[in-house]
Amino acid sequence: MMRYFLSLLLLIAVSSTARADDRDPYTDARQRMVAEIVDDVVETASQLGRDRLNPHVLDALRSVKRHEFVPPENRRRAYKNRPLPIGHGQTISQPYMVAIMTDLLDLDPGDKVLEIGTGSGYQAAILAELVDRVYTIEIVAPLGKEAGKRLKRLHYDNVDVRIGDGYYGWKQQSPFDAIIVTAAGSHIPPPLIRQLKPGGRMVVPVGSRFMTQELLLVEKNAEGDVTTRQLLPVIFVPLTGSH
Amino acid sequence: MKQHQYLLFLSIALLSLAALGYEILLMRLFSIIQWHHFAYMIISLALLGYGASGAVITIFQRGLNRRFAVLFTAAIALFGISAIASFLLVQQLPFNAEEVMWDWRQPGWLLLMYLLLAIPFLFAASAIALALSHYSDMISKIYAYDLIGAGLGGACIILLLFKFMPFEVLAWIGVFALMATLLAAIALHSAAAWRVALLSILPAIAMIWIALHSAALISPYKELSQTLRIPGTEVVAQRSSPLGLLEIVESRQTPFRHAPGLSLKAEREPPPQVGIFTDGGNMSVITRDAGMSDAFAYLDQITSALPYHLRKLQQVLILGAGGGADVQQARYHQIPQITAVELNPQIVELMRSDYAEFSGHLYQQSDVEVHVEEARGFITDSSQHYDLIQVALMDAFGASTAGLYALNESYLYTLEAFKTYLQHLESDGYLSVSRWIKLPPRDTLKLMATAIQALKESGVEHPAQQLVLIRGWQTSTLLIKNGAFTSSEIDAVKAFCKTLGFDAAWYPGMQAGEANRFNQLRQPWFYQSAVFLLGDNAEQFMDDYKFDLRPSTDDRPYFFHFFKWSILPEILSLQGKGGMPLLEQGYLISVSTLLQALFASLLLIILPLLFLKRREAPAPQTIRRSSVLIYFFAIGLAFLFIEIAFIQKMTLLLHHPLYSAATVMTGFLIFAGLGSLFSQRLVNRGDVRRGVVFAVGGIAVFSLTYLLFFKHLPDALLSLPLAIKMLFAIVMIAPLATLMGMPFPLALSHLGQHARQLIPWAWGINGCASVISAILATLLAIHGGFSMVVTLAVLLYLLAALSFPLATSRE
Repeated sequence: MMRYFLSLLLLIAVSSTARADDRDPYTDARQRMVAEIVDDVVETASQLGRDRLNPHVLDALRSVKRHEFVPPENRRRAYKNRPLPIGHGQTISQPYMVAIMTDLLDLDPGDKVLEIGTGSGYQAAILAELVDRVYTIEIVAPLGKEAGKRLKRLHYDNVDVRIGDGYYGWKQQSPFDAIIVTAAGSHIPPPLIRQLKPGGRMVVPVGSRFMTQELLLVEKNAEGDVTTRQLLPVIFVPLTGSH
Repeated sequence: MKQHQYLLFLSIALLSLAALGYEILLMRLFSIIQWHHFAYMIISLALLGYGASGAVITIFQRGLNRRFAVLFTAAIALFGISAIASFLLVQQLPFNAEEVMWDWRQPGWLLLMYLLLAIPFLFAASAIALALSHYSDMISKIYAYDLIGAGLGGACIILLLFKFMPFEVLAWIGVFALMATLLAAIALHSAAAWRVALLSILPAIAMIWIALHSAALISPYKELSQTLRIPGTEVVAQRSSPLGLLEIVESRQTPFRHAPGLSLKAEREPPPQVGIFTDGGNMSVITRDAGMSDAFAYLDQITSALPYHLRKLQQVLILGAGGGADVQQARYHQIPQITAVELNPQIVELMRSDYAEFSGHLYQQSDVEVHVEEARGFITDSSQHYDLIQVALMDAFGASTAGLYALNESYLYTLEAFKTYLQHLESDGYLSVSRWIKLPPRDTLKLMATAIQALKESGVEHPAQQLVLIRGWQTSTLLIKNGAFTSSEIDAVKAFCKTLGFDAAWYPGMQAGEANRFNQLRQPWFYQSAVFLLGDNAEQFMDDYKFDLRPSTDDRPYFFHFFKWSILPEILSLQGKGGMPLLEQGYLISVSTLLQALFASLLLIILPLLFLKRREAPAPQTIRRSSVLIYFFAIGLAFLFIEIAFIQKMTLLLHHPLYSAATVMTGFLIFAGLGSLFSQRLVNRGDVRRGVVFAVGGIAVFSLTYLLFFKHLPDALLSLPLAIKMLFAIVMIAPLATLMGMPFPLALSHLGQHARQLIPWAWGINGCASVISAILATLLAIHGGFSMVVTLAVLLYLLAALSFPLATSRE
């Protein structure tokens, strides 16, 4: 009887999940978005020194409901491969950039990641699909509070949101395997470099809110020496002709 | 009417003063709420209101002429009211310049902005066109007062912008328009005109009050808006001038930490800072100096610190000192004599008063000498020599990387500027120029190309021996030495780079394996390009490079122009794939503005023709409409070509862009007004044709002579005091501008005699041509230089003369 009861419960749970999926009118749009990213990224991936994007990153993009992270008036456009305004003068990044930046972090499931600039929480949700623990800091209080509530509602329980100044990182939780800074300042804060583990990686998009010019990948080797790689997230060679 | 004639002229002058003032003010206001390049686009297209006025009046002129008094007064009143209302409405629109390439709705908002702002210009231009058409025997006088008023408007608004905040100046525009309305009512002596004037008083005063109580709604994506979202951050002071609105921002909780290009190996962060925003962006900082000797150690960990590590320097010149970071850097290295040059007097004033104590009295130190001057002008006039000339990183990163400065003239980075800097270096002295890193490389390589050519033209046989280029991930510094770098200097460069994690991109004797170590690019682009630029195939390399790297010159001062048409299809194909930042937006916005202006002008010129019936042409002479079109279009283009080119050329003499623009614009318009007055005599004598030939001949002679003069500006003249140079400029402008003021009223009077109904059409053509001219002049100058623009203008004047007379006898 008990087994029967449990099976029934399981069936109800599965069917309700299926129904929930059915109710998500954006499933197809999300699949199309990821397919578009996969196509676009093929050539760019070689530019970034890799053949293709990590399938787990693509899975995360397929799972996270981007429409939950944009204001209602922009929901229709949530799965367009473009950045969107989220209020307070902030944006949610272009999914193509999110895919590349996340991939560059080379994450393992057991990693601890710090994000500076939570925004609406989309990037944190993607990270939460891939690693054990995500710590994220947002300086604009209303954005941070909303993002915290949203992530909780969507059951991203492995994300900790803090409202405050990201310049000094999150010392109590440091060191981190990876750090992602969602907007470049005038320099990379020295405390963030200190909080990166040896062997860790940091990604910083450089450019304006609606246009990422380059991606800066900061790598700390086992000895603690820091180097950067400046990556153009586009397949473009500045020279023509025989050069 | 006769006794009130001068009041009517005064009313027209005041209206033109307000309209030109409004145009300049809009540029200020849009630079604050949006970005400079969109301001340029919106205002250029809004000015098509002038062209539209010609079309509207041509179509409805029969009815309009009968009710001249009412309509003329109403048009002036409505200009004043709509000038304020349109701007207040426009700033409510949810236009986001950054989303233009992503969101199809944005161009729609942009269009609505032009249309709303075209309304006040339509009213102002209609009033003048109505007057020209109504008093066809006084065309020269009316046009003269229109020009003189506009000329005074330019000077007046610049003075007002020094004294008042931009919204207060907007209110002043309303006041001027109201005064012009009342003057019109008095002059016209008509009950109907008085009714209109009295009716307009209340709404005009209401709008003025609203303007005084309004604030700028700055785009939420501008740097200042973003900063003010940080808790505890607030604007503590504002200073306004025609150079920009300075907003001083302090943060109690989250201090500013501005240290562009700080090494990744830096351990220390900057001391507390205060932010200075110009027009809501372009942030610079004043850093607190509490007397701690190592507080400024971070300034030794950026690429621009390199020259201080090569040898002990005595005299340093800093061009673009701003809030003093480069001065602090020099003081950190205990330089005994520091000369700092800053363009904006209000920044220097802040440093000497409100923030004197905060900055440790930096600009009052005995080892620091501060000059408020334009940098290029300062060095040109100076007889001093320096161990180091440091050209500071003055523009903001965001705008620079998006290519927004493409249309900005800069005389700091031209070939001639570099040669001047080199002449002011002590033997073995350094010129140091730092820039933001842009990928794929652009600015840094153009600087290198400029330095190489400047050295070659200064007689250096091996430029490669005198250049060092280093880069971090964010900034690059190019050093040009007055002499060959020694091996100990090269060792110091290597050590500096190694300690701070910077990469050398060029030093004499550098090997490929030494490039691209700490800040790795997919290819060692900077080093490879440096090798090409220094090699025998530099020309071929610049042809093959996808961005324009050829040095800018004083005649073509567009350092920030990198765009090449050949790569446009490639970039557009990469739109969703991260290719957007490769677009140099500034240039493309200008091209798009030109295309829109051409299309709108075509409509505004062709449309009225459909309403003009041929039978209205009076016998015995008939007017060739094609000649009217060619004549008025050609002189419309040519007038502004020459005015814009001379504003630029005069910058070389007067140095300060503001003084140059104010002097040339005011001088040109006022003397053109006097030329127009003079042309009335020729009209009265029936000497119209001879007048046109005389004016065009004179314009050709003066323009081309001046071009030669600017090519060989005598040094003795450059070092005269500014007031004398301004006087000299006005004396130079006077004869040319007087002649340029004649062709328009002469031909319009000619139309008045033979086909009065075509006067508003001709006015509209001229209005459209002026808009196109302003945009086209910049684009032509980017490609061919200002000398070419002047030469083209002369050819256009000749074309106009050839198409005159516009009337042919029917016999």
